[in-house]
Amino acid sequence: MSKNALLINFQYCSGCHSCEIACRNHLGIGPDKWGIKLTQVEPFEAHEDDWEWDYIPVPTKLCNQCQDLVKAGEKPACVRHCQAFCMEYGTVEEMAVRADKLGAKTAIFLS
Amino acid sequence: MKIPEGEYKVGTDEDYYVRSGVWSAPGCHGSGCGVILHVKDGKMIGIEGDEKNPITKGRLCARCLDMVEYQNHPDRILYPMKRNPADRGKDRWERISWDEAYDLIEENTKKVREKSGTNNAVLTLGGTGREATMFYPVISFADFQSANVAAPISGDSCYGPRCMVANYLFGSGYPEIDSAMFFPDSYDDPRYERPEYIIVWGSNPLVSNPAGYFGHQIVDLMKRGTKLIVVDPQVTWMGSRAEYRLCLRPGTDAALALGMLNVIIEEDIYDHGFVENWCFGLDELAERVKEYTPEEVEKITWVPADQIRAAARAFATAGGTGRNCSIFMGVAMEMQIDAISDIQAVLYLMAITGNIDVPGGNILGPRASFTGRWRYDQIKWVDPNDVAHRIGWEKVPMERSALSNVQSDSILPELELPDDERTVRMIWFNSCNALVCMPAEPQRWIESCLKMDFNVVQDLFMTPTAMALCDLFLPVATFPEHDGVVQVHYGRHTPYLAAEIKACEYGETKSDLQVAFELGKRMNPEAWKDWDSLEKFMDDQIAPTGLTFDELRHKGLHHQENFHYKKYELGELRDDGQPGFDTVTGMIELYSLQFEAWDEDPLPFHTPSPYSSEANPEYAEKYPLVLTTGGRKYSQFHSEWHQIKSLRQIDPWPVMTINPETAEKYNITEGDWVEVFNHLGTCRLKAHLALTIRPGMVHSTHGWWFPEQDGEAPNYFGAFKSNINTLLPNGTIGRLFTGAPYKSMMCDVRRVKGLDQD
Repeated sequence: MSKNALLINFQYCSGCHSCEIACRNHLGIGPDKWGIKLTQVEPFEAHEDDWEWDYIPVPTKLCNQCQDLVKAGEKPACVRHCQAFCMEYGTVEEMAVRADKLGAKTAIFLS
Repeated sequence: MKIPEGEYKVGTDEDYYVRSGVWSAPGCHGSGCGVILHVKDGKMIGIEGDEKNPITKGRLCARCLDMVEYQNHPDRILYPMKRNPADRGKDRWERISWDEAYDLIEENTKKVREKSGTNNAVLTLGGTGREATMFYPVISFADFQSANVAAPISGDSCYGPRCMVANYLFGSGYPEIDSAMFFPDSYDDPRYERPEYIIVWGSNPLVSNPAGYFGHQIVDLMKRGTKLIVVDPQVTWMGSRAEYRLCLRPGTDAALALGMLNVIIEEDIYDHGFVENWCFGLDELAERVKEYTPEEVEKITWVPADQIRAAARAFATAGGTGRNCSIFMGVAMEMQIDAISDIQAVLYLMAITGNIDVPGGNILGPRASFTGRWRYDQIKWVDPNDVAHRIGWEKVPMERSALSNVQSDSILPELELPDDERTVRMIWFNSCNALVCMPAEPQRWIESCLKMDFNVVQDLFMTPTAMALCDLFLPVATFPEHDGVVQVHYGRHTPYLAAEIKACEYGETKSDLQVAFELGKRMNPEAWKDWDSLEKFMDDQIAPTGLTFDELRHKGLHHQENFHYKKYELGELRDDGQPGFDTVTGMIELYSLQFEAWDEDPLPFHTPSPYSSEANPEYAEKYPLVLTTGGRKYSQFHSEWHQIKSLRQIDPWPVMTINPETAEKYNITEGDWVEVFNHLGTCRLKAHLALTIRPGMVHSTHGWWFPEQDGEAPNYFGAFKSNINTLLPNGTIGRLFTGAPYKSMMCDVRRVKGLDQD
């Protein structure tokens, strides 16, 4: 039986926090809890004039992958509201194929 | 929740969903973002993105997502309130009816008019980002029949100057980047081609979504292959993903643009066809840019010469791909001393590379349309003598005003006049939290505004401005609480209109349009006689589309029809229908005949920022840090949203960003409270150390006050504790009364123990 997974193409995650709030809205939690939390690799110069700076949202143990939405044919709340459209959802196998295509700065989370 | 095409509401009378397009309130630049609101038993309980919206396609920013918290916040003011002027600064408000509110307004207007002998006794102040922008000029011109109206930002340094300069040089409305906003099929439309490069100049659009441009469209384009060139003193997230980061010295944008023009012209990589057929004055511009070699410009701007060359070449040649390029302009372009030169030079980069009105280029349209034009036409209700004697009339010719507003820096001198010489005696704060946002030297504003006989404020929460100064509080409706029309770029670049649809009613709130309308029916019914309802008014406003408001409601979003690229070839940019541009020469003016007629330099040039080591070495010795301000945040819209828990959690305190090298010199570590100061004022901030800002420069957030603190005098919700505007000068402005150094001042800093402890 395939597991489901969340893919984040964090090359494009702009750190907008929309996923955090969309998730809280759906789960009815917060402001002291998160179903997905934005983390940051703070900026530094990796090479001359070449900056490393990443935002990466990470699902927590409160993430239930919005199964109620998914069963109704809709996207998980975070995926739908992501302003950069950098999040995808599907089986682990499907997401692995996507990650291979998207390349560097892609993460797959199971929860 | 899915809402069928052509419908906007589903459910029962008690439990229903409404599909709407977002503008305001709360403040926002209004892209018509698609939302689906859930209302149950009269209360808004949910919001989600509408996937059918062709621009936002289901996504939303953190503020819209937090709208349920905002909508139901216990501190929201839902009923009109009055207060005895003797109790200004005290929390002694009394609920009244709208009728009594309007009675008080009429009464007091009559009194101040008699005292001053003119309708100009009433000054209306607007802000930004609310649909109030469409209606505050109307409140002044049509309702109060007063010429005194302004958005009181020093040097009028916000958006208007870009429109004004584009008007004079291109004869058009706002030149926005092409991200397929005119096409219902968006990027899939066969006519569309993405740009190869976008220069993001003085803006952080992913965060700010300025003027109705949904910022993350740029990320859409990046994913499709568009590359970025980012012009910003700091390295931003967009900058980290850019091909070129031009981290310039604040206030030197004109020099940088001139340096790029130098490269493009001298290396002969400009678009010959476009320039020869459609531009006037290349020889003069070429002569002017000769002195702005990349080496000279490096000295001025701190951007390395080889970077200037590389970025200019990339933009001009599009890397040899044959695609077009565009420039996304931001408010930083106005927030420096010679905004005119800076904007002019950047517009010339668009023009000489032929990136005008082409796929992926900068798109032109009419100067103003829909309510965008109508609001300024209302000046016809003001007596010409009052127009002639508006605030600042001695110094500022009417035709040089960007927006028919009075020149902002002239307001303080008027308000500070002795009682028997002053004209203004009543201020209507329509959409301006003036004590913490917009005006420079707010410490002078609070003193002078307290001298007014009567002050009115429209807002949603109690603010320092309301608590300190006002005698009447009128509650504004949020976007779920009123019908309205979203006009992107306030009618100056309007690919589409969207409908804000009333979904619920809270208390007795009224929209900006409703107040303008009702006030107008009382004060000057002649101006509003054609409409007996708001819906009829909105029908008329959108009549050029062929739709009624109700049809727009059902449709949701309506794209302008008959869009063409290269309108200059088709005769669609001129009133006479001839090919070309709506300028004196019929061409884009690389040498401005209008500026020449005003005895101004017809060409751009560099002016050092008045508070800089270049222009004022003595000042720079005393206050050695370059101060830039006002970088936008996802958690706020200017001074709004501070009381919303989820958002305040993201940015809980006002911040000074500083390079670790500089921090060490001042013995400052991460999270320390500091005080920045200069000859004008002080401001307390929390230090954040970052490698993305150069040593010797600091950045301060803007618009800060503390809703959780005591609102009464003298604290005013901490309005003067972390208020960077107290360090900014009133009246230090550029040519054509435009441009002010909001983002290029100087300061020094010291570590303190806390927000309230030394």
